[in-house]
Amino acid sequence: MSDMQQAATSFWNDTGKTGLTSWIFSTDHKRIGLLYFYTTIGFFLVGVVLGLLLRIELMAPGRTIMGPQTYNALFTVHGVVMIFLFIIPGIPGAFGNMVMPIQIGARDVSFPRLNLLSWWLYIIGAVIILTSLFSGGGAPDTGWTFYVPFSSRTGTNVSLAVFGVFIVGFSSILTGVNFVTTIHRLRAEGMTWFRLPLFTWSLYATAWVQILATPILAITLVLVMAERVLGTGLFDPTRGGDPVMYQHLFWIYSHPAVYIMILPAMGIVSDIIPVFSRKPIFGYKMIAFSSLAIAAAGSLVWGHHMFTSGMSDTAVVVFSFLTFIVAIPSAIKVFNWISTLYKGSISLEAPMLFALSFILLFSIGGLSGLILGAAATDVHVHDTHFVVGHFHYVMFGGTGFAIFAAMHYWLPKFYGRRYREKPAIIAWGLMFTGFNVLYFTMQVLGMRGMPRRYYDYLPEFGPLNLVATVGSWILAAGLILMLVNLFRGLFWGEPFVGNPWGGATLEWSVATPPPTENFEGEPVATHGPYDFSGVKK
Amino acid sequence: MSGHEHRDDYGAKLGMWLFLFTELLLFGGLFLLYAVYLKRYPHEFATGGKQLNWVLGSVNTVILLTSSLAAAMAVTAIQRGEARRTVALLGGTILCAAGFMAIKYVEWSSKFGHGIYPGSEHLKAGPPGESVFFSLYFLSTGIHGLHVVIGAILLGWIAFKVRGGELHAGNNILLENGALYWHLVDLIWIFIFPLYYLIL
Repeated sequence: MSDMQQAATSFWNDTGKTGLTSWIFSTDHKRIGLLYFYTTIGFFLVGVVLGLLLRIELMAPGRTIMGPQTYNALFTVHGVVMIFLFIIPGIPGAFGNMVMPIQIGARDVSFPRLNLLSWWLYIIGAVIILTSLFSGGGAPDTGWTFYVPFSSRTGTNVSLAVFGVFIVGFSSILTGVNFVTTIHRLRAEGMTWFRLPLFTWSLYATAWVQILATPILAITLVLVMAERVLGTGLFDPTRGGDPVMYQHLFWIYSHPAVYIMILPAMGIVSDIIPVFSRKPIFGYKMIAFSSLAIAAAGSLVWGHHMFTSGMSDTAVVVFSFLTFIVAIPSAIKVFNWISTLYKGSISLEAPMLFALSFILLFSIGGLSGLILGAAATDVHVHDTHFVVGHFHYVMFGGTGFAIFAAMHYWLPKFYGRRYREKPAIIAWGLMFTGFNVLYFTMQVLGMRGMPRRYYDYLPEFGPLNLVATVGSWILAAGLILMLVNLFRGLFWGEPFVGNPWGGATLEWSVATPPPTENFEGEPVATHGPYDFSGVKK
Repeated sequence: MSGHEHRDDYGAKLGMWLFLFTELLLFGGLFLLYAVYLKRYPHEFATGGKQLNWVLGSVNTVILLTSSLAAAMAVTAIQRGEARRTVALLGGTILCAAGFMAIKYVEWSSKFGHGIYPGSEHLKAGPPGESVFFSLYFLSTGIHGLHVVIGAILLGWIAFKVRGGELHAGNNILLENGALYWHLVDLIWIFIFPLYYLIL
């Protein structure tokens, strides 16, 4: 980092401490945010490699490069790493930490040391999860959902993996507690609730979901460990237990967790679209409230994962209905983003391209979600590749692309250097193409009846699987180009000074990169987050 | 490391309350299982509940309530600047915690002595609902007991800080939050006790 030639007033060097320990024991929210960024993106790459291997295995029927047990382990680890180590901590931990305190005009979060503890718990949990892959009975092979009864019986190292996830969950709770308190207590003078940038609003809603849902995951994972270690039998039908109860408990967390993943991504998009349209956001309050509405309604729909698990018909109908309710606030956001674009002065730079593709990909994912949320259609595509395609559209096409948008939008601010625009756009084009070739094909495969999590398949699915695998290579090529271009730019690229995007939120009013204390003197918010009238590009 | 001193007692307490919510929800998962399985196995739950010693349970309830009283008094004492009394009251709380755990130990070992523990042959041979009941009993009281131990360690650490003069009338939010945590431990027991010992 020392070869970076920045003014000696930024958080990279103004404390005079630049060694490794000044980072991994730092309580500065920007440094912790970058720690989260590097670790989450590292695990993302691990997950990507696993995903590519899975696609190579499925390229042709029968054995291609691995045996069935390896395949089971790989899709489990791919899911666990991507969900618990990348997407859930990704946006709040990395960009939430970096940006949110500056957006509200604070010097740091409410509990800086707790913030550091969150990151350490995340790292400890991650190390435990990684240890579980190479010790005991080998990598877990249950799928990331750890469904009983298989998870309580398999000889693989489920207990340790589950314990690691438990620790990561604790980290997530502490981040949630920290952010809710920060947003309540540390807003600068004049920063009223309705002057909060929508990214901060989305983090606020997300933090509540983290607080309210994650403890249920914690107790569920404890119960799985007890099932394995003590033989409690609470989910074992031969001992009076009920495996469906496990599924209830698991999804009471894990469906809201989907909103932990997507809500902050929507916040990123809500911040980027007005800036690159040079227009105030359309329907600010509706977007802010729809985040809360998604958080609330999304907590009541977990049963739609269990339509084929043996619930009562009444429960199926109620959960199906509630699931459709969630579509309303989601659609409110999409329509408001589109309305913001209308008659805007749109500039298609890299952050905007990623944000726009979020809208399209998320919409495809969301609409395919309605097919799964309707009980009548769900039974036909349940546990097929249609589901895999659906949630990759939402999680990768949605959250993933929003993270890429945030990387191009905010990282130059924190490095003071920028990437080259043209390779970024080529990378976007490759990824967008590869993404759709990969996951749209999966949805078609699922519609035709290819089950998910199967090692082998009938020869008739061969051609489409080959297409999907080729798509994964295009996607990976774009990803590599994007990361190389981005990091080359951040470390050695052109200087990024002032407010080149022309953002009106507070983070664009401070020095680039920001100093450790963020602001000189006490900031006062005098205008809304998307009031571009006084902003010079 | 951030170079400036920022104290926000209200914020600290807000954060603590949020954390306490997460603890309630953690136990909420166990109470949910209790509700579902009680509906399914009312008779087995009744048989199981009658095997628990309500006298020991009541004594433990009194002990925990007393400990909470002492914790609350410790907060008042430090606000009045009475450091020695604060430490003594915290000592009382910790002593109660130890008493609670000792009685818990007696209860658990007597159950173990009768072959009643999760996964035991005795429970496997009996009706399924009873095994569910005792598994839930051991998990709920076990995880609660773990919280008692954590709370006692927390209060002990705080007592040292009070004795060292680090916490005083002007800066006692840590003690207030520690006491809040202790009241939570108490509160959860207030639900566990009737559900397992009394109403069945």
